[in-house]
Amino acid sequence: MRAWRATTAPRWMIIGEWRAHPVRVATAVIAIAIGVALGFAVHLVNASALDRFARGLATVNGGADLRIEATGGRGFGEELYPRIARLPGIAAASPVATLDARIDGIATPLLGIDVLRAAAVTPTLLPKPANNVPETAVFDPQSLFLSRTALGDRSVGRGVDVVVDGVVERFVVVGALPGAGTRALGVIDIAAAQSRFGRLGRIDRIDLKLADDADAGRVRAAIGAMLPPDARLASVADDASRTDALSRAYRVNLDMLALVALLTGAFLVYSAQALSVARRRPQFALLRVLGSSRRAVMTQLLAEGLVLGITGAAIGIALGLGIALAVLRLVGGDLGSGYFSAGDTPPLVFAPGAALGFAALGLAAALAGSLLPARSAATVAPAVALKNLGDAIDPRRAPALLPAVLLAAAGIGCALLPAVGGIPLFGYLSVALLLAGGIAVMPWLARALLAPIARRNFAAPPLELAIRRLRGAPSQAAVALSGVVASVGLMIAMAVMVASFRGSVDAWLDHILPADIYLTAGGDAPFDPPAQARLAATPGVRRAAFGLQRPILLAADRPALTLIAVPDPAHAYPALGRDIAVPDGAIAVRVSEPAARLYHVSPGSALLLPLGERRVGVTVTGVFRDYARQEGAIAIDGATYDRLTGDRARGEAAIDIATDANPTTVIAALRARLAPAVAASVQIVPVAALKARALAIFDRSFAITYALEAVAIIVGLAGVAATASAQTIARTREFGMLRHLGVTRRQIVAMLGIEGALLGVIGGVAGVGLGCAVAQVLIRVINPQSFNWTMETRLPLSLLGVVVVALVAASALTAMLAGRSAVSVDAVRAVREDW
Amino acid sequence: MLMVQPHPLLSLSHLGKSVPGGRRLFDDVALTLAPGEFVAIMGESGVGKSTLLNLVAGLDTPDTGNVTLDGIALGTLDEDRRAALRRRRVGFVFQAFHILPHLTLGQNVGLPLVLLRAPAGDAALRAAELLAAVGLGGRDDDYPSQLSGGELQRVAIARAIAHRPALILADEPTGNLDPETAARVMALLVAQIRMAGAAALLVTHSEIAAAAADRVLRLTVDGLLPA
Repeated sequence: MRAWRATTAPRWMIIGEWRAHPVRVATAVIAIAIGVALGFAVHLVNASALDRFARGLATVNGGADLRIEATGGRGFGEELYPRIARLPGIAAASPVATLDARIDGIATPLLGIDVLRAAAVTPTLLPKPANNVPETAVFDPQSLFLSRTALGDRSVGRGVDVVVDGVVERFVVVGALPGAGTRALGVIDIAAAQSRFGRLGRIDRIDLKLADDADAGRVRAAIGAMLPPDARLASVADDASRTDALSRAYRVNLDMLALVALLTGAFLVYSAQALSVARRRPQFALLRVLGSSRRAVMTQLLAEGLVLGITGAAIGIALGLGIALAVLRLVGGDLGSGYFSAGDTPPLVFAPGAALGFAALGLAAALAGSLLPARSAATVAPAVALKNLGDAIDPRRAPALLPAVLLAAAGIGCALLPAVGGIPLFGYLSVALLLAGGIAVMPWLARALLAPIARRNFAAPPLELAIRRLRGAPSQAAVALSGVVASVGLMIAMAVMVASFRGSVDAWLDHILPADIYLTAGGDAPFDPPAQARLAATPGVRRAAFGLQRPILLAADRPALTLIAVPDPAHAYPALGRDIAVPDGAIAVRVSEPAARLYHVSPGSALLLPLGERRVGVTVTGVFRDYARQEGAIAIDGATYDRLTGDRARGEAAIDIATDANPTTVIAALRARLAPAVAASVQIVPVAALKARALAIFDRSFAITYALEAVAIIVGLAGVAATASAQTIARTREFGMLRHLGVTRRQIVAMLGIEGALLGVIGGVAGVGLGCAVAQVLIRVINPQSFNWTMETRLPLSLLGVVVVALVAASALTAMLAGRSAVSVDAVRAVREDW
Repeated sequence: MLMVQPHPLLSLSHLGKSVPGGRRLFDDVALTLAPGEFVAIMGESGVGKSTLLNLVAGLDTPDTGNVTLDGIALGTLDEDRRAALRRRRVGFVFQAFHILPHLTLGQNVGLPLVLLRAPAGDAALRAAELLAAVGLGGRDDDYPSQLSGGELQRVAIARAIAHRPALILADEPTGNLDPETAARVMALLVAQIRMAGAAALLVTHSEIAAAAADRVLRLTVDGLLPA
């Protein structure tokens, strides 16, 4: 005979329970699996895209140890190169000119290199002439070498137009860039880059290879001492930091959002386990009576949670891998952020560490969801539980409010804490604590909301019975609702945040786009003063204001900011809050919100800007709202910029048309006045189309958010169905007794429908309240700490109404459907003690 | 003087029922129950005593025969009408009490009146009276978790007669109680049935419980026989 071990009884209990209720077990496992799968898939897609992006960047940088780069868009003097190359510790130095070019109208980074120098420092940038092209073609000023991606359908030997800052030059494609990988890139001789595009005497970069025995710190110090104001030293680590910083906040936010489904899954496990414990209370009481310890009972429940978690996590990892592969293949690596090339298909980068991490999170969610029910099962008083009198709580005692208050207070406290490493970790913790507090307050809230109607008596038996039941068993109501309140609360929080964000973006667009028509050269600056005069004189144009955007580097480990030169920046970019007067003799600039937060500046702060060939001291007079440039922007008066840099070319124009002018006619006239070479690269857009485009980009970037929200809601509603089913099964005896007393099946189903609807109303109220509270954390803490911008709260009232109505309907419907199967003739047998 | 036989409250004729699987539980059960008459039915476990009660209550349908309650053939009624008849004319006492834990004692006792849409005040008053009658006076607002098994069964008895039914069906009402409590509860049940003037059909293993009845019958596979 097989010996029965100490684990035999718990094993019987667990396996017996799962055999009896396979659907409930499957629901909990699936909830965990979905949460883990979504989180892991989003993380994998982002990691793969980032890896591809970083590799591409490394390709462009060619693999140098150090890099001297220009702080502005005008490069630095080439006389620096020989001085740097002769420094001790430098094995080789390669000068580079970097041009933002358009090749046959397509934006393509173009590098001008010295092939002989580049061979020693950045061999991956070396061009390779085609088979029938002589090797000396690499020195030919007409030669152009393109990477496979940039080459596209073109054939070797074909002539192409290359446009840089409005200057058009003809080149011949004579070879490829084998080391460029999949990135679009072009290479020409550096002398050609300088002479043909007006860059004589200027270079943008010096790539450096250190000697094997070089002391990197000393070399860096020596280089630093020689650098002019318009040059800065950077390293591969800085590149990585910059690349990572570009999209980190978006990726982390997306990871957190994907984990919403996992959080909902945890609440689902809690619901399932809590209901299971409630139903098995007499079993646990019997075990205790037979001599089992509290610890053994608790261990049994936690073991159930562990197995649920392991199973769900394993399925989730496999599912997540599949989802990530499918997304990369179908959509590419960009999930709406815009940081990565949309449509690009990076290979999947499997991350074992991340897989373990998300699996551990799934396990933790299942265990966390089982903890309170396990404690409840272990502390059941055997005598009371053996009577199987449902909730062992005296309904006259008010449900505890203190745990909810403490959780909410902790949540508020965390919201007040700063970001950690640029990530709003305490903000996310605040959201989790507020959610937990919202769930903990449910019994109290259910009692409070039902109190006014519970004092009345209703003639209709189903209504009377439903209200009495909810009022008398508030903890069961809370358990049933916990999953759906968590997911609805998060969905509403996201909806409020997105509505607020969109509303703020819309209002911001209205303010910064006051003109009728906008011209943009996509980063180039093709409008010299004569071109500006021609455009301003176009028939139908009342006023033309020209602006320029250039990258400007203030810190090596941070992405470049955007310097915006416009007429009257105070009007174009009005300040949020305090706006100080320009001190006498000072050069005034305004900084964007992200710039102010990233660089810790405020009105009155002083900055040193690398402008032209020197650093210029400026004073910040105001902070403006800017949703377009997450890395930060600085706005300076156009005339002041001209004076400081001598750069009078412009890349943008805001056109006000005459009152009686036709916009379409004016647009055609403007285009006719553009030089043919630049016409193809300049976009002329009416303001309405520009705003629509901007909002479409916004909506696209949140598409993945909406998808993840929908999943969280589905998981939550599945929880409603599962718990409704569980509760009706647990109440079979009650239904049998009621049928004996003459309650019809239809009345019982109606009673369940009313209970479901009331629970839906309570859940809706709780979800909306919780969602609005969490939305404030998203709006006032997580967004500013992640992306360094703020927004005004806007409530999407119609959406909130739809959510509540949908929740009430779903809750009532699932309860009624579950009830229909429970009111069978078996309900009559259920009243028999020995059944 | 001509004696007029009272019209029977309950009439069972040629009642037969099988369990799923085909095994015959009982056959050709016949019984008439006069208004106010108390009949106990005994029998072995599994012979179908509870099933017989369910047939009488209209919760189940016989394979053969008829059940007539208060002159109405149950076989001619649909489920809703049978439920309505139960609501008005039948009271139940179960072995496992089946008191709803989320209702107060007063609400539990008044439940049948709520189902009949009686005014709330009337239901509350009647519940208070009955709780006092069964020795639980003043505890209307207590909850079932505070009561012992015997006390719970007293609440169940009060509930069974709250709506003044013509017929009480009691299925092993003392099955979960110790002998002393069982005797007290049985005495209470009989007293309340007599006071209410209701007829009663008691299913029990206990000869002591059955002794209080006007008639004791034994259910066998061949029908009801004198005990």
